[in-house]
Amino acid sequence: MSAVLEHTASLLESAPETPAAFPAWFAERQRAAWQRFLETPAPKRGDEAWRFSSIKQLDFASFTREAASTTIDLVRRSTALESPAAKFVFANDELLHSESNLPAGVVCLPLAEALVSHGDLVRAHFMKQDTRLGSAKWTALHEANLRNGLFVHVPANVEVEGTIEVFHWLAGENTAIFPHTLVVTGANSKVRVVDYFQSAGDEEPGLCIAVNDLIAGEGSKLDYLAVQAFNEQTKVIQVNETGVAKDASATGFILNTGAAWARNESLSRLEGEGSRSDMLSVSVPAREQEYDQRTFQHHVSPGAYSDLLYKNSLYDKSRTIFSGLIFVDEGAHRTDAYQTCRNLFMSEDAEANSMPGLEINADDVKCSHGSTSSQIPDEEIFYLRARGIDSVRARQLIARGFSVEVIERLGDDKVEEMILRFLDDKFAHIAGGGA
Amino acid sequence: MSYDASSTLDLETREAIDIDRSKGDFSFPERHKYDAGRGLTEKTVHYISDVKDDPEWVREFRLKALKVFQDKPMPTHWATKDLDNIDFDIIRYYLSDGEKPKRSWDEVPPEVLETFERLGIPEQERAFLAGVEAQYDSEASYSNMKEELTKLGVIFVNSTEGLKEHEEIFRPWFGKVIPTGDNKFSALNSAVFSGGSFIYIPKGVKLKQPLQAYFRINSENFGQFERTLIIADEGAEVMYMEGCTAPKFETSTLHSAVVELVALKGAKIQYVTVQNWSSNVFNLVTKRGLAMEDAEVRWIDCNIGSRLTMKYPGVIMKGERARGEVISIALANTGQHQDTGAKMIHAANNTTSNVVSKSISVGEGRSTYRGQVHIPKHLKGCKNNTECDALLINSHSRTDTYPAITVKGNQHATQHEASVSQVSEDMLFYMQQRGLSEGQAMSLAVNGFINDLVREFPMEYSVELKRLIDLEMEGSVG
Repeated sequence: MSAVLEHTASLLESAPETPAAFPAWFAERQRAAWQRFLETPAPKRGDEAWRFSSIKQLDFASFTREAASTTIDLVRRSTALESPAAKFVFANDELLHSESNLPAGVVCLPLAEALVSHGDLVRAHFMKQDTRLGSAKWTALHEANLRNGLFVHVPANVEVEGTIEVFHWLAGENTAIFPHTLVVTGANSKVRVVDYFQSAGDEEPGLCIAVNDLIAGEGSKLDYLAVQAFNEQTKVIQVNETGVAKDASATGFILNTGAAWARNESLSRLEGEGSRSDMLSVSVPAREQEYDQRTFQHHVSPGAYSDLLYKNSLYDKSRTIFSGLIFVDEGAHRTDAYQTCRNLFMSEDAEANSMPGLEINADDVKCSHGSTSSQIPDEEIFYLRARGIDSVRARQLIARGFSVEVIERLGDDKVEEMILRFLDDKFAHIAGGGA
Repeated sequence: MSYDASSTLDLETREAIDIDRSKGDFSFPERHKYDAGRGLTEKTVHYISDVKDDPEWVREFRLKALKVFQDKPMPTHWATKDLDNIDFDIIRYYLSDGEKPKRSWDEVPPEVLETFERLGIPEQERAFLAGVEAQYDSEASYSNMKEELTKLGVIFVNSTEGLKEHEEIFRPWFGKVIPTGDNKFSALNSAVFSGGSFIYIPKGVKLKQPLQAYFRINSENFGQFERTLIIADEGAEVMYMEGCTAPKFETSTLHSAVVELVALKGAKIQYVTVQNWSSNVFNLVTKRGLAMEDAEVRWIDCNIGSRLTMKYPGVIMKGERARGEVISIALANTGQHQDTGAKMIHAANNTTSNVVSKSISVGEGRSTYRGQVHIPKHLKGCKNNTECDALLINSHSRTDTYPAITVKGNQHATQHEASVSQVSEDMLFYMQQRGLSEGQAMSLAVNGFINDLVREFPMEYSVELKRLIDLEMEGSVG
């Protein structure tokens, strides 16, 4: 790194260069993606996919791509679970550290490496689907700028015990990162991957446009968790694509505690009989944080199950948007699909927007959605006070319990504890400890 | 359970669910003295203004609205592309025989009279109603109200008479609840409106019997654009009912009404619609009520007919403790799209709103619920409850739900629930075990699904509804 301050160009100004080591097909994909980015119109007011959104957040002109200048303590700070199955640490999309203790046959590599060593395998699964929930322009920008991330391929009948952890650090002022996670599970295999998104410092504005592609093969179990805990100057777009084959089960979980503005787009495609998708999220926005979540439960195959539970606890002047759609294709009979979004208001100035939608084109279905918004009922506070718990503590307990209901569905004690630590850290940074 | 698995069963089910539209399916030769011709230009608007002898402010209002209509794009970015099939250039925007509305049925021209006789209007009036207005194409052909109501100061006239004879009450509220630019079709209506009712209920007057209006399209390619404004003064109460039919023409017909309700302090307005347009009518209607302090506006809405209905009755709760309600039943058969919903805008403390919507999709029918609930900042104690349930009868039936709920602040409570289901096989099996045919069992199940809402309709309309859904369904499988 040069110590001289140079004028660095906005990432929107010129096409990024594909590193020479990457295969030709990938360079071509990146070139095409940049073209698509330029040609795709930016979202504008009145677009259904951006209803209630703060379109003004989509001005990314001030961000640049830069290597992190100080990375000394980032590896040390990258601890969440005890003895993970594998661990990768990236700062501004550059690999700082990796360790792995995985069963033979499992491919788990930084994407930059996998592109070279397992090019065909990556190519077979890399960003196969169109972005449908509004951020097509930004996933094109992601694809054009992509340098690194994680590629996981679990062969048939291999079960990975424990959790693969990936830390994505964002360092430096007005820096943009484009982390990518691609997880493919073979028949009857099992794996869990956690992405942690954090900032090196508390003050520097950053931009993260992340994409994760999850492809769950027949009878496999794929769990993916994203912990978004950036500093409150950072903007985030996270786009998830999940395909679930026959008898497979995929769980996607997002924790939002950080960022100034975060947009999550999650799409699950139920592609086979007996497939199951659990879409879960906990968000605790405070101050002026804004979380904008869009989801899509696409029942392509008959006899599939999907269940979505998103919970928001809104503090201060925060704002949330939830727009979900259960879409049942013609012929996708015996569909079971559920969608629930609950908003807990902890402040007079917060705002929640919910758009829970259904589009059903088959008749033999069980679908329902529910959305509620309310504050903590006085009776619940009264009940706890009657048992000697003061009202501040009572509110803290109830607010925490509200989120715990989602976290408990992750089905792993260690992982749940880890998520709760991030959650409690957030409550500690809210006036009154989250009361 | 899919009924397509067995073709005989499918046919039976179809028959079971089908309703008799033949009652409204007849037409008389046209004998119009005034015809604005096809297509819509400034000339059309001037023609209408000339024929109706509009005051200057109305003519200006129309011309301005025409511009808004022409500038606004079709809302196809969220609504169905079927809207693009409306050909505004072949529609006839104004047709009338140039006669004034009659006060007695004896004076009404025979074919108009026969039309309404066949639809059962006069009997109903004699039996029950406080007043009736019947619109035939663009203008009211009959209008009457019980004499004692006139003495109480109740006004029940068509909109043309309202804006001329009662400008001082009409004008301050006209276009205030639904501004011209609210949407493309409210702008269209504002440009070419004709007919519809103007009602004023003076302070403290509570009508025990409902007022009724009947809308009839008799001419092919005709667009009906009635405009209704109802003002209930402080403490007044009124129930208004409208029904509508049209014969089935070869080409599609457009109905685009604007209905504005104003419930002043403590007033109550109930607005009941049974919409049974023939299945090639585009029914694109904007309906909204304004509820002041302690006032209540209820929309009770039943959509059975039309090719495409887009209608989202709304209530703006502007005064403290105001209440808004939408009760909605929709039945979408093959070739029909019932795109209905509700809009609840909370604009004062302690306002409450309730939306209950039930839809049934039959054959390839499609029903859609769109809802909007808005609770802004710095209000306290607002509550909304929304329930929407959809029943799917056949494997190609379709239903969509798109609610949007915005809540700001923690002093409120909202809940939204929706479910989609089909008639359960167990239920049908149980009833067949007890000797009912599959068709009877199906119609019983469908009736059970909407029964609690049907009860919300006033007696004579729940009779009509029963006739349309219940009796016809059972009768057709015998």
